[in-house]
Amino acid sequence: MFLPSISLWLLITLACFLPLLGISVDIASNNLGADPIQALHIRLGDWSMRFLWLTLAITPLQTLTKWRKMADYRQMLGLIAFFYASLHVIVYVLVDQGLEWNLIAVDIIESPYIWLGVLAYIIVFSLAITSPKFAKKRLGKNWKKLHRLIYIAAIAVIIHYYWQLKGNMAEPLFYLILVFLLLGFRIAVSLKNRQFNKMMIPSTRKIRVTSVPKSLDIIQSGVTSKTILNELVIEEVDEQ
Amino acid sequence: MIIKTNKDIPSSEITDPLVFKQRRQIIKAMMGSLVAGASGFSASSPLAETKTAWTNVPKANTTGESLITTSSEIVKNHTNYYEFTFNKTDATRLAQSLTTDPWSVEISGEVEKPAIYHLEDILSQQSLQEYIYRFRCVEAWSMVVPWIGFPLANLLKMAKPLSSAQFVQFTSVYDPKTMPNQHNNAMLEWPYVEGLRIDEAMHPLTILAAGMYGESMPKQNGAPLRLVVPWKYGFKSIKAIVKIELVKRAPMTTWNKYAPNDYGFYSNVNPDVPHPRWSQNSERQLGSGFFTPRRKTELFNGYGSQVASLYRDMDLRHFF
Repeated sequence: MFLPSISLWLLITLACFLPLLGISVDIASNNLGADPIQALHIRLGDWSMRFLWLTLAITPLQTLTKWRKMADYRQMLGLIAFFYASLHVIVYVLVDQGLEWNLIAVDIIESPYIWLGVLAYIIVFSLAITSPKFAKKRLGKNWKKLHRLIYIAAIAVIIHYYWQLKGNMAEPLFYLILVFLLLGFRIAVSLKNRQFNKMMIPSTRKIRVTSVPKSLDIIQSGVTSKTILNELVIEEVDEQ
Repeated sequence: MIIKTNKDIPSSEITDPLVFKQRRQIIKAMMGSLVAGASGFSASSPLAETKTAWTNVPKANTTGESLITTSSEIVKNHTNYYEFTFNKTDATRLAQSLTTDPWSVEISGEVEKPAIYHLEDILSQQSLQEYIYRFRCVEAWSMVVPWIGFPLANLLKMAKPLSSAQFVQFTSVYDPKTMPNQHNNAMLEWPYVEGLRIDEAMHPLTILAAGMYGESMPKQNGAPLRLVVPWKYGFKSIKAIVKIELVKRAPMTTWNKYAPNDYGFYSNVNPDVPHPRWSQNSERQLGSGFFTPRRKTELFNGYGSQVASLYRDMDLRHFF
Protein backbone atom coordinates (compact mmCIF):
# COMPACT_ATOMS: atom_id res chain seq x y z
CA MET A 1 0.00 0.00 0.00
CA PHE A 2 1.46 3.32 -1.05
CA LEU A 3 0.47 6.36 0.89
CA PRO A 4 1.82 9.82 0.38
CA SER A 5 4.37 10.37 3.15
CA ILE A 6 2.28 13.11 4.76
CA SER A 7 -0.61 10.66 5.22
CA LEU A 8 1.72 8.06 6.66
CA TRP A 9 3.00 10.65 9.10
CA LEU A 10 -0.57 11.56 10.06
CA LEU A 11 -1.52 7.92 10.47
CA ILE A 12 1.43 7.19 12.76
CA THR A 13 0.75 10.36 14.74
CA LEU A 14 -2.85 9.33 15.30
CA ALA A 15 -1.70 5.84 16.31
CA CYS A 16 0.34 7.44 19.09
CA PHE A 17 -2.92 8.42 20.75
CA LEU A 18 -4.23 4.83 20.85
CA PRO A 19 -2.70 4.18 24.31
CA LEU A 20 -4.62 7.22 25.59
CA LEU A 21 -7.78 5.81 24.06
CA GLY A 22 -7.13 2.46 25.76
CA ILE A 23 -6.60 4.15 29.11
CA SER A 24 -9.75 6.24 28.65
CA VAL A 25 -11.80 3.12 27.88
CA ASP A 26 -10.41 1.48 31.04
CA ILE A 27 -11.34 4.52 33.12
CA ALA A 28 -14.85 4.60 31.66
CA SER A 29 -15.38 0.89 32.23
CA ASN A 30 -13.80 0.96 35.70
CA ASN A 31 -11.18 -1.52 34.59
CA LEU A 32 -8.09 -0.08 36.26
CA GLY A 33 -7.93 -2.56 39.16
CA ALA A 34 -7.95 -2.08 42.91
CA ASP A 35 -5.74 1.02 42.83
CA PRO A 36 -7.05 2.87 39.76
CA ILE A 37 -5.28 6.13 40.57
CA GLN A 38 -1.88 4.50 40.66
CA ALA A 39 -2.69 2.39 37.62
CA LEU A 40 -3.61 5.51 35.64
CA HIS A 41 -0.53 7.38 36.83
CA ILE A 42 1.82 4.50 36.04
CA ARG A 43 0.33 3.73 32.64
CA LEU A 44 0.76 7.33 31.52
CA GLY A 45 4.33 7.35 32.84
CA ASP A 46 5.09 4.08 31.06
CA TRP A 47 3.82 5.44 27.74
CA SER A 48 5.80 8.62 28.16
CA MET A 49 8.93 6.55 28.67
CA ARG A 50 8.16 4.29 25.70
CA PHE A 51 7.73 7.29 23.39
CA LEU A 52 10.93 8.83 24.72
CA TRP A 53 12.76 5.61 23.87
CA LEU A 54 11.18 5.63 20.39
CA THR A 55 12.32 9.23 19.95
CA LEU A 56 15.85 8.19 20.84
CA ALA A 57 15.63 5.26 18.44
CA ILE A 58 15.10 7.47 15.38
CA THR A 59 18.68 8.68 14.97
CA PRO A 60 20.24 5.19 15.19
CA LEU A 61 17.63 3.87 12.76
CA GLN A 62 18.36 6.73 10.39
CA THR A 63 22.07 6.04 10.56
CA LEU A 64 21.60 2.33 9.99
CA THR A 65 18.97 2.56 7.24
CA LYS A 66 20.15 5.84 5.69
CA TRP A 67 16.48 6.82 5.46
CA ARG A 68 16.53 10.61 5.81
CA LYS A 69 12.79 11.16 6.17
CA MET A 70 12.80 9.90 9.73
CA ALA A 71 13.76 13.24 11.26
CA ASP A 72 10.11 14.34 10.93
CA TYR A 73 9.12 11.46 13.15
CA ARG A 74 11.72 12.31 15.75
CA GLN A 75 10.11 15.65 16.49
CA MET A 76 6.60 14.19 16.50
CA LEU A 77 7.51 11.30 18.81
CA GLY A 78 9.32 13.65 21.17
CA LEU A 79 6.22 15.80 21.41
CA ILE A 80 4.07 12.72 22.06
CA ALA A 81 6.45 11.70 24.87
CA PHE A 82 6.05 15.22 26.28
CA PHE A 83 2.26 14.91 25.95
CA TYR A 84 2.12 11.67 27.99
CA ALA A 85 4.63 13.06 30.51
CA SER A 86 2.38 16.09 30.99
CA LEU A 87 -0.66 13.88 31.61
CA HIS A 88 1.47 11.82 34.03
CA VAL A 89 2.32 15.01 35.97
CA ILE A 90 -1.26 16.35 35.86
CA VAL A 91 -2.65 13.04 37.14
CA TYR A 92 -0.14 13.07 40.00
CA VAL A 93 -0.97 16.60 41.09
CA LEU A 94 -4.69 16.61 40.43
CA VAL A 95 -6.08 13.06 40.45
CA ASP A 96 -3.72 11.45 42.97
CA GLN A 97 -2.98 14.36 45.32
CA GLY A 98 -6.16 16.38 44.78
CA LEU A 99 -4.13 19.62 44.60
CA GLU A 100 -3.24 19.34 48.28
CA TRP A 101 -0.06 21.40 47.86
CA ASN A 102 1.33 20.83 51.36
CA LEU A 103 1.22 17.07 50.92
CA ILE A 104 2.57 17.38 47.38
CA ALA A 105 5.51 19.51 48.54
CA VAL A 106 6.51 17.06 51.29
CA ASP A 107 6.04 14.12 48.94
CA ILE A 108 8.37 15.64 46.35
CA ILE A 109 10.98 16.81 48.88
CA GLU A 110 11.16 13.42 50.59
CA SER A 111 11.08 11.26 47.47
CA PRO A 112 14.38 11.16 45.55
CA TYR A 113 12.72 9.18 42.75
CA ILE A 114 10.38 12.13 42.15
CA TRP A 115 13.32 14.56 41.93
CA LEU A 116 14.50 12.69 38.87
CA GLY A 117 10.99 12.71 37.44
CA VAL A 118 10.86 16.48 37.93
CA LEU A 119 14.28 16.91 36.29
CA ALA A 120 13.22 14.79 33.32
CA TYR A 121 9.99 16.73 32.95
CA ILE A 122 11.72 20.13 33.07
CA ILE A 123 14.05 18.96 30.29
CA VAL A 124 11.31 17.47 28.14
CA PHE A 125 9.23 20.60 28.68
CA SER A 126 12.08 22.87 27.50
CA LEU A 127 12.67 20.69 24.48
CA ALA A 128 8.99 20.72 23.59
CA ILE A 129 8.65 24.51 23.70
CA THR A 130 11.82 24.94 21.63
CA SER A 131 10.69 22.33 19.15
CA PRO A 132 9.04 24.62 16.51
CA LYS A 133 11.12 25.73 13.52
CA PHE A 134 11.21 29.40 14.50
CA ALA A 135 12.60 28.51 17.93
CA LYS A 136 15.23 26.38 16.28
CA LYS A 137 16.24 29.28 14.01
CA ARG A 138 16.37 31.71 16.87
CA LEU A 139 18.46 29.50 19.10
CA GLY A 140 20.92 28.77 16.31
CA LYS A 141 23.86 26.68 17.52
CA ASN A 142 22.46 26.54 21.06
CA TRP A 143 19.47 24.56 19.86
CA LYS A 144 21.52 21.44 19.33
CA LYS A 145 23.25 21.88 22.69
CA LEU A 146 19.90 22.27 24.42
CA HIS A 147 18.36 19.29 22.69
CA ARG A 148 21.27 17.08 23.67
CA LEU A 149 19.77 17.29 27.19
CA ILE A 150 17.42 14.54 26.06
CA TYR A 151 20.17 12.10 27.05
CA ILE A 152 20.14 13.49 30.60
CA ALA A 153 16.34 13.21 30.58
CA ALA A 154 16.55 9.56 29.49
CA ILE A 155 18.96 8.71 32.31
CA ALA A 156 16.76 10.58 34.82
CA VAL A 157 13.68 8.73 33.54
CA ILE A 158 15.15 5.26 33.91
CA ILE A 159 16.35 6.02 37.45
CA HIS A 160 12.95 7.58 38.26
CA TYR A 161 11.37 4.36 37.04
CA TYR A 162 13.70 2.07 38.98
CA TRP A 163 13.67 3.96 42.25
CA GLN A 164 9.93 3.65 42.77
CA LEU A 165 10.13 -0.14 42.55
CA LYS A 166 10.58 -2.37 45.58
CA GLY A 167 12.85 -4.69 43.66
CA ASN A 168 14.06 -5.79 40.24
CA MET A 169 11.69 -7.23 37.72
CA ALA A 170 11.76 -8.30 34.10
CA GLU A 171 9.91 -5.41 32.44
CA PRO A 172 12.02 -2.65 33.98
CA LEU A 173 15.12 -4.55 32.90
CA PHE A 174 13.87 -4.47 29.30
CA TYR A 175 13.60 -0.66 29.37
CA LEU A 176 16.98 -0.38 31.04
CA ILE A 177 18.68 -2.49 28.37
CA LEU A 178 16.90 -0.52 25.66
CA VAL A 179 18.12 2.82 26.94
CA PHE A 180 21.64 1.43 27.34
CA LEU A 181 21.57 0.40 23.68
CA LEU A 182 20.18 3.75 22.54
CA LEU A 183 22.65 5.84 24.51
CA GLY A 184 25.46 3.39 23.79
CA PHE A 185 24.89 3.92 20.08
CA ARG A 186 25.57 7.66 20.50
CA ILE A 187 28.71 7.00 22.49
CA ALA A 188 29.96 4.57 19.84
CA VAL A 189 29.25 7.07 17.06
CA SER A 190 30.94 9.93 18.85
CA LEU A 191 33.99 7.80 19.63
CA LYS A 192 34.19 6.78 16.00
CA ASN A 193 33.88 10.40 14.84
CA ARG A 194 36.57 11.44 17.25
CA GLN A 195 38.95 8.85 15.83
CA PHE A 196 38.11 9.92 12.30
CA ASN A 197 38.73 13.56 13.16
CA LYS A 198 42.08 12.72 14.70
CA MET A 199 43.27 11.48 11.32
CA MET A 200 42.44 14.86 9.79
CA ILE A 201 43.36 17.46 12.39
CA PRO A 202 43.82 16.59 16.00
CA SER A 203 40.42 17.76 17.05
CA THR A 204 41.42 18.16 20.64
CA ARG A 205 43.85 20.91 19.66
CA LYS A 206 43.12 24.31 18.25
CA ILE A 207 45.08 26.03 15.59
CA ARG A 208 45.95 29.69 15.33
CA VAL A 209 46.38 31.35 11.99
CA THR A 210 48.45 34.50 11.93
CA SER A 211 49.73 36.60 9.14
CA VAL A 212 53.37 37.61 9.41
CA PRO A 213 54.70 40.43 7.24
CA LYS A 214 57.82 39.39 5.43
CA SER A 215 60.14 41.44 3.25
CA LEU A 216 61.27 39.88 0.03
CA ASP A 217 63.87 40.89 -2.49
CA ILE A 218 62.47 40.99 -5.94
CA ILE A 219 64.78 41.04 -8.87
CA GLN A 220 63.12 42.52 -11.86
CA SER A 221 64.91 43.46 -15.04
CA GLY A 222 68.22 43.26 -13.21
CA VAL A 223 67.09 45.68 -10.52
CA THR A 224 66.71 44.42 -6.99
CA SER A 225 63.91 45.99 -5.00
CA LYS A 226 62.22 45.19 -1.69
CA THR A 227 58.59 44.30 -1.29
CA ILE A 228 56.42 43.34 1.73
CA LEU A 229 54.38 40.15 1.69
CA ASN A 230 52.01 38.78 4.30
CA GLU A 231 52.68 35.16 5.06
CA LEU A 232 50.12 32.94 6.79
CA VAL A 233 51.49 30.94 9.70
CA ILE A 234 49.48 27.98 11.03
CA GLU A 235 50.43 26.87 14.50
CA GLU A 236 48.88 24.54 17.10
CA VAL A 237 47.57 26.11 20.23
CA ASP A 238 47.86 24.10 23.41
CA GLU A 239 44.62 24.70 25.25
CA GLN A 240 45.39 22.76 28.39
CA MET B 1 -10.20 9.95 63.15
CA ILE B 2 -10.02 6.77 65.17
CA ILE B 3 -12.02 6.47 68.31
CA LYS B 4 -10.27 4.11 70.62
CA THR B 5 -12.21 2.13 73.12
CA ASN B 6 -9.69 0.97 75.63
CA LYS B 7 -12.15 -0.28 78.19
CA ASP B 8 -11.47 -3.78 79.39
CA ILE B 9 -14.19 -6.25 78.62
CA PRO B 10 -16.00 -7.36 81.77
CA SER B 11 -15.15 -10.97 82.53
CA SER B 12 -18.77 -11.92 82.04
CA GLU B 13 -18.42 -11.04 78.37
CA ILE B 14 -15.24 -12.92 77.67
CA THR B 15 -16.84 -16.09 76.53
CA ASP B 16 -19.92 -15.02 74.73
CA PRO B 17 -22.27 -17.97 74.26
CA LEU B 18 -22.63 -16.96 70.64
CA VAL B 19 -18.89 -17.19 70.10
CA PHE B 20 -18.87 -20.53 71.77
CA LYS B 21 -21.55 -21.74 69.41
CA GLN B 22 -19.64 -20.34 66.45
CA ARG B 23 -16.50 -22.14 67.48
CA ARG B 24 -18.37 -25.40 67.58
CA GLN B 25 -19.77 -24.67 64.14
CA ILE B 26 -16.32 -23.95 62.80
CA ILE B 27 -14.93 -27.17 64.21
CA LYS B 28 -17.89 -29.06 62.86
CA ALA B 29 -17.41 -27.53 59.42
CA MET B 30 -13.75 -28.39 59.46
CA MET B 31 -14.35 -31.94 60.57
CA GLY B 32 -16.92 -32.23 57.79
CA SER B 33 -14.44 -31.12 55.20
CA LEU B 34 -11.85 -33.53 56.53
CA VAL B 35 -14.29 -36.39 56.17
CA ALA B 36 -15.16 -35.23 52.69
CA GLY B 37 -11.48 -35.16 51.80
CA ALA B 38 -10.91 -38.64 53.22
CA SER B 39 -13.84 -40.10 51.36
CA GLY B 40 -12.48 -39.04 48.01
CA PHE B 41 -14.26 -35.74 47.48
CA SER B 42 -11.61 -33.19 46.80
CA ALA B 43 -11.65 -30.48 49.40
CA SER B 44 -11.89 -27.66 46.92
CA SER B 45 -12.72 -24.97 49.43
CA PRO B 46 -12.99 -26.62 52.81
CA LEU B 47 -13.22 -23.42 54.76
CA ALA B 48 -16.03 -22.09 52.61
CA GLU B 49 -18.51 -23.95 54.79
CA THR B 50 -17.52 -21.84 57.74
CA LYS B 51 -18.53 -18.65 55.98
CA THR B 52 -21.95 -18.43 57.53
CA ALA B 53 -20.55 -19.29 60.94
CA TRP B 54 -18.39 -16.18 60.92
CA THR B 55 -20.90 -13.54 60.08
CA ASN B 56 -21.68 -12.62 63.69
CA VAL B 57 -18.20 -12.55 65.13
CA PRO B 58 -18.07 -9.98 67.95
CA LYS B 59 -15.95 -6.91 67.48
CA ALA B 60 -12.75 -6.78 69.48
CA ASN B 61 -12.46 -3.93 71.94
CA THR B 62 -9.21 -2.84 70.30
CA THR B 63 -11.04 -2.06 67.10
CA GLY B 64 -11.42 1.48 65.83
CA GLU B 65 -15.16 1.78 65.49
CA SER B 66 -15.10 4.77 63.20
CA LEU B 67 -12.96 3.21 60.48
CA ILE B 68 -14.84 2.66 57.25
CA THR B 69 -13.85 -0.69 55.82
CA THR B 70 -12.48 -0.87 52.30
CA SER B 71 -14.55 -2.86 49.81
CA SER B 72 -13.65 -6.55 50.05
CA GLU B 73 -13.24 -6.74 46.26
CA ILE B 74 -10.32 -4.33 46.53
CA VAL B 75 -8.72 -6.14 49.46
CA LYS B 76 -9.05 -9.50 47.71
CA ASN B 77 -7.50 -8.27 44.46
CA HIS B 78 -4.65 -6.12 45.66
CA THR B 79 -2.11 -8.28 47.42
CA ASN B 80 1.65 -8.46 47.51
CA TYR B 81 2.26 -12.19 47.50
CA TYR B 82 5.73 -12.34 45.98
CA GLU B 83 5.96 -16.11 46.35
CA PHE B 84 3.44 -16.31 43.50
CA THR B 85 3.95 -13.13 41.49
CA PHE B 86 5.16 -9.55 41.69
CA ASN B 87 1.78 -8.46 40.33
CA LYS B 88 -0.87 -7.53 42.89
CA THR B 89 -3.79 -8.67 40.74
CA ASP B 90 -2.46 -11.99 39.47
CA ALA B 91 -1.85 -13.25 43.01
CA THR B 92 -5.62 -13.68 43.40
CA ARG B 93 -5.67 -16.39 40.75
CA LEU B 94 -2.24 -17.93 41.33
CA ALA B 95 -2.59 -18.33 45.08
CA GLN B 96 -5.57 -20.65 44.65
CA SER B 97 -3.17 -23.52 43.93
CA LEU B 98 -1.85 -23.45 47.49
CA THR B 99 -3.06 -26.31 49.68
CA THR B 100 -4.17 -24.84 53.00
CA ASP B 101 -5.88 -27.89 54.40
CA PRO B 102 -4.58 -29.77 56.29
CA TRP B 103 -2.38 -27.14 57.93
CA SER B 104 -0.23 -27.24 61.01
CA VAL B 105 1.81 -24.67 62.83
CA GLU B 106 5.01 -25.47 64.69
CA ILE B 107 5.75 -23.54 67.86
CA SER B 108 9.27 -24.03 69.09
CA GLY B 109 12.42 -22.43 70.40
CA GLU B 110 12.59 -20.86 73.82
CA VAL B 111 9.34 -22.37 75.10
CA GLU B 112 8.40 -24.86 77.76
CA LYS B 113 5.99 -26.72 75.54
CA PRO B 114 7.14 -26.86 71.93
CA ALA B 115 4.47 -28.43 69.77
CA ILE B 116 3.05 -28.85 66.32
CA TYR B 117 -0.58 -27.83 66.33
CA HIS B 118 -3.21 -28.62 63.76
CA LEU B 119 -4.82 -25.37 62.71
CA GLU B 120 -8.27 -26.56 63.75
CA ASP B 121 -6.95 -27.25 67.25
CA ILE B 122 -5.56 -23.74 67.49
CA LEU B 123 -8.79 -22.15 66.26
CA SER B 124 -11.00 -24.30 68.47
CA GLN B 125 -9.26 -22.97 71.55
CA GLN B 126 -9.52 -19.30 70.64
CA SER B 127 -12.49 -16.99 70.71
CA LEU B 128 -12.42 -15.38 67.34
CA GLN B 129 -13.16 -11.70 67.14
CA GLU B 130 -13.37 -9.09 64.44
CA TYR B 131 -10.55 -6.55 64.38
CA ILE B 132 -11.04 -3.58 62.09
CA TYR B 133 -7.56 -2.28 61.38
CA ARG B 134 -6.02 0.16 58.99
CA PHE B 135 -3.44 -1.70 56.90
CA ARG B 136 -0.64 0.60 55.71
CA CYS B 137 1.71 -0.71 53.03
CA VAL B 138 5.30 0.53 52.77
CA GLU B 139 4.38 1.44 49.17
CA ALA B 140 2.29 4.31 50.59
CA TRP B 141 -1.22 2.97 50.14
CA SER B 142 -3.63 1.86 52.82
CA MET B 143 -6.90 0.06 53.32
CA VAL B 144 -9.16 -0.78 56.24
CA VAL B 145 -9.74 -4.49 56.73
CA PRO B 146 -12.10 -6.29 59.13
CA TRP B 147 -9.90 -9.22 60.11
CA ILE B 148 -11.19 -12.22 62.01
CA GLY B 149 -8.67 -13.60 64.42
CA PHE B 150 -7.35 -13.74 67.94
CA PRO B 151 -4.44 -12.20 69.85
CA LEU B 152 -1.08 -13.82 69.06
CA ALA B 153 -0.34 -13.63 72.77
CA ASN B 154 -3.00 -16.29 73.43
CA LEU B 155 -1.20 -18.79 71.23
CA LEU B 156 2.24 -17.93 72.57
CA LYS B 157 1.00 -18.41 76.13
CA MET B 158 -0.11 -21.94 75.23
CA ALA B 159 3.52 -22.79 74.49
CA LYS B 160 4.74 -21.10 77.70
CA PRO B 161 7.62 -18.87 76.58
CA LEU B 162 10.79 -19.01 78.67
CA SER B 163 12.30 -15.81 80.04
CA SER B 164 15.07 -16.20 77.46
CA ALA B 165 12.56 -15.62 74.65
CA GLN B 166 13.26 -12.07 73.50
CA PHE B 167 12.00 -12.20 69.93
CA VAL B 168 9.51 -14.15 67.85
CA GLN B 169 10.39 -15.43 64.40
CA PHE B 170 7.66 -16.34 61.92
CA THR B 171 8.16 -18.46 58.83
CA SER B 172 5.83 -18.70 55.83
CA VAL B 173 5.10 -21.84 53.93
CA TYR B 174 7.80 -23.10 51.55
CA ASP B 175 6.09 -24.77 48.62
CA PRO B 176 8.13 -24.22 45.44
CA LYS B 177 5.85 -26.59 43.51
CA THR B 178 2.97 -24.15 43.70
CA MET B 179 4.89 -20.93 44.30
CA PRO B 180 6.68 -19.94 41.07
CA ASN B 181 9.00 -17.34 42.60
CA GLN B 182 10.17 -19.79 45.24
CA HIS B 183 10.77 -22.31 42.47
CA ASN B 184 12.81 -19.76 40.51
CA ASN B 185 14.60 -18.39 43.56
CA ALA B 186 13.35 -15.01 42.42
CA MET B 187 14.34 -11.82 44.19
CA LEU B 188 13.93 -12.60 47.87
CA GLU B 189 15.30 -15.40 49.97
CA TRP B 190 12.59 -18.01 50.53
CA PRO B 191 10.77 -18.95 52.66
CA TYR B 192 9.60 -15.55 53.84
CA VAL B 193 10.63 -14.79 57.42
CA GLU B 194 9.38 -12.05 59.71
CA GLY B 195 9.99 -11.16 63.32
CA LEU B 196 8.76 -9.18 66.29
CA ARG B 197 10.18 -8.27 69.64
CA ILE B 198 8.48 -10.32 72.36
CA ASP B 199 6.60 -7.31 73.80
CA GLU B 200 5.35 -6.42 70.32
CA ALA B 201 4.25 -10.01 69.80
CA MET B 202 2.42 -10.11 73.15
CA HIS B 203 0.67 -6.77 72.53
CA PRO B 204 -3.14 -7.10 72.40
CA LEU B 205 -3.29 -5.36 69.00
CA THR B 206 -1.11 -8.07 67.43
CA ILE B 207 -3.33 -10.79 66.07
CA LEU B 208 -3.27 -13.96 64.06
CA ALA B 209 -6.04 -13.75 61.48
CA ALA B 210 -7.87 -16.71 59.97
CA GLY B 211 -10.48 -14.73 58.11
CA MET B 212 -11.75 -11.37 56.95
CA TYR B 213 -15.08 -9.82 55.99
CA GLY B 214 -16.92 -12.54 57.91
CA GLU B 215 -15.39 -15.27 55.77
CA SER B 216 -12.42 -17.57 55.97
CA MET B 217 -9.19 -15.99 54.76
CA PRO B 218 -8.84 -15.93 50.96
CA LYS B 219 -5.67 -17.70 49.88
CA GLN B 220 -4.19 -14.59 48.29
CA ASN B 221 -4.64 -12.72 51.57
CA GLY B 222 -2.59 -15.24 53.53
CA ALA B 223 -4.77 -18.26 54.27
CA PRO B 224 -5.06 -20.15 56.42
CA LEU B 225 -3.32 -18.14 59.14
CA ARG B 226 -1.51 -14.83 58.92
CA LEU B 227 -0.11 -12.24 61.25
CA VAL B 228 -1.57 -8.72 61.47
CA VAL B 229 0.44 -6.01 63.24
CA PRO B 230 -1.56 -2.86 62.53
CA TRP B 231 1.04 -0.26 63.54
CA LYS B 232 3.74 -1.66 61.25
CA TYR B 233 4.08 -1.63 57.47
CA GLY B 234 2.13 -4.42 55.80
CA PHE B 235 5.11 -6.60 54.91
CA LYS B 236 5.62 -7.34 58.62
CA SER B 237 2.22 -9.08 58.63
CA ILE B 238 3.47 -12.39 57.28
CA LYS B 239 1.10 -14.73 55.40
CA ALA B 240 0.53 -18.51 55.53
CA ILE B 241 2.46 -19.11 58.73
CA VAL B 242 3.89 -22.60 59.32
CA LYS B 243 6.38 -21.91 62.07
CA ILE B 244 6.58 -19.62 65.10
CA GLU B 245 9.87 -19.73 66.97
CA LEU B 246 10.67 -17.88 70.15
CA VAL B 247 14.29 -16.85 69.96
CA LYS B 248 16.96 -15.05 71.96
CA ARG B 249 18.14 -12.69 69.27
CA ALA B 250 16.44 -10.52 66.65
CA PRO B 251 15.76 -12.74 63.65
CA MET B 252 17.04 -11.80 60.20
CA THR B 253 13.85 -10.92 58.36
CA THR B 254 13.33 -11.25 54.62
CA TRP B 255 13.03 -7.63 53.44
CA ASN B 256 15.55 -6.42 55.98
CA LYS B 257 18.05 -8.90 54.59
CA TYR B 258 17.24 -7.97 50.99
CA ALA B 259 17.68 -4.22 51.51
CA PRO B 260 18.74 -3.32 55.06
CA ASN B 261 18.79 0.42 54.38
CA ASP B 262 15.29 0.40 52.93
CA TYR B 263 13.40 -1.91 55.27
CA GLY B 264 14.23 -1.94 58.95
CA PHE B 265 13.49 -4.66 61.48
CA TYR B 266 10.89 -2.52 63.27
CA SER B 267 9.23 -0.97 60.21
CA ASN B 268 6.78 0.95 62.35
CA VAL B 269 4.54 3.21 60.30
CA ASN B 270 6.16 6.62 60.67
CA PRO B 271 5.46 9.63 58.43
CA ASP B 272 8.66 11.33 59.63
CA VAL B 273 11.00 8.57 58.51
CA PRO B 274 10.91 8.42 54.72
CA HIS B 275 11.97 5.36 52.78
CA PRO B 276 15.34 6.23 51.17
CA ARG B 277 13.64 6.62 47.81
CA TRP B 278 10.12 7.80 48.65
CA SER B 279 8.14 9.73 51.23
CA GLN B 280 5.99 8.04 53.86
CA ASN B 281 4.25 11.30 54.77
CA SER B 282 0.95 10.47 53.09
CA GLU B 283 -0.91 7.46 51.76
CA ARG B 284 -3.42 6.75 49.03
CA GLN B 285 -6.50 5.19 50.56
CA LEU B 286 -7.66 2.40 48.28
CA GLY B 287 -11.25 2.87 47.26
CA SER B 288 -11.10 6.65 47.44
CA GLY B 289 -12.17 8.46 44.30
CA PHE B 290 -10.20 10.44 41.75
CA PHE B 291 -9.22 13.95 42.87
CA THR B 292 -9.42 12.95 46.55
CA PRO B 293 -6.33 14.11 48.41
CA ARG B 294 -4.19 11.46 50.07
CA ARG B 295 -4.48 10.78 53.76
CA LYS B 296 -1.76 12.16 56.04
CA THR B 297 -0.03 9.10 57.49
CA GLU B 298 -0.14 8.87 61.27
CA LEU B 299 2.71 7.80 63.54
CA PHE B 300 2.24 4.10 64.38
CA ASN B 301 -0.58 4.13 61.82
CA GLY B 302 -2.83 5.85 64.35
CA TYR B 303 -2.28 3.25 67.09
CA GLY B 304 0.22 5.40 68.96
CA SER B 305 -1.84 5.68 72.14
CA GLN B 306 -1.65 1.90 72.49
CA VAL B 307 1.86 1.13 71.25
CA ALA B 308 4.07 4.23 71.57
CA SER B 309 5.15 3.15 75.05
CA LEU B 310 6.86 0.09 73.53
CA TYR B 311 9.39 2.43 71.94
CA ARG B 312 9.62 5.07 74.65
CA ASP B 313 13.39 5.52 74.81
CA MET B 314 14.18 4.58 71.24
CA ASP B 315 15.35 6.83 68.42
CA LEU B 316 12.79 5.90 65.78
CA ARG B 317 15.01 7.27 63.01
CA HIS B 318 17.75 4.86 63.97
CA PHE B 319 15.47 1.91 64.75
CA PHE B 320 13.29 2.43 61.68
